[in-house]
Amino acid sequence: MKVRVTIDRRSEIADPEGHTVMRALHDLGFEDVQEVRMNRVIDLEIAGDDPGEVRRRVVEMCEKLLANPVLEDFEVEILG
Amino acid sequence: MRVAVAVFPGSNCEHDVVRALGTLGAEPELVWHRETDLEGFNGVVLPGGFAHGDALRTGAIAALSPIMEPVRRMAESGKPVLGICNGFQILCEAGMLPGALIANRDLAFICRFVEVEVVDTGTVLTAAAEPGQMLRIPLNSYEGNWVDPARTGRVVVRYADDPNGSQDRAAAVANEAGNVVGIMPHPERASDPLLGSDDGLVLLEGFVRSLRASVPA
Repeated sequence: MKVRVTIDRRSEIADPEGHTVMRALHDLGFEDVQEVRMNRVIDLEIAGDDPGEVRRRVVEMCEKLLANPVLEDFEVEILG
Repeated sequence: MRVAVAVFPGSNCEHDVVRALGTLGAEPELVWHRETDLEGFNGVVLPGGFAHGDALRTGAIAALSPIMEPVRRMAESGKPVLGICNGFQILCEAGMLPGALIANRDLAFICRFVEVEVVDTGTVLTAAAEPGQMLRIPLNSYEGNWVDPARTGRVVVRYADDPNGSQDRAAAVANEAGNVVGIMPHPERASDPLLGSDDGLVLLEGFVRSLRASVPA
């Protein structure tokens, strides 16, 4: 099954890279940009056809490695 | 006394650490990260570098290496555990130190001497230093910006200025017991006047003193 994991750095934690991209957008004339967050998407291909079980496995992967609980929240989406 | 210096794929400061600790009377030994047994060692150092090419997040893959199990046991039994630069990032990723290290505030790779102040002498790294002692040590990192949303970290060394945005200007952080310490600047690169400074020696001396007081695993 194809699974998409979206990992967001929590809003209260600084994102220096996002801030730099925002300033570059301002320089290009996009002055309406108020915030940029460089969040991350990880696509996985998982053997198995039980969406509930696949989701459970991917959540475990996020907790153990893919996301850092100090900084980040994650969402798991089964793409099919 | 024997001290393990862990080597991950991408470590690059392990020989500097071995040399510096050796000159201070310790018996450092390089240990590959697949090792699962650190019996007979009084403590361990995780050196700087770019373990696993910083894939995913700095230190994230190395934090799951087999050697981290005995490192965790040593930490829990009170033995000295020191992470320098990438080693600091690995200890945070392993949950053995609070917080995490993110990109420097100005997105610059910082490679220069910085002034730091020892603010807590009750840890294995700062045991030989004086409170308030100022040291000149090289900083060499991109992800040196320590964040600690839970505010549980114990800051033991502080930057005199604010080079990277690190919370509370933290340059080194300890666990509550003070036996696990992570430091972002490199004391081993300031361990001989020929290197431009030997201010790092007082920190490494404190660590060697702590190793001597530790019963081997």
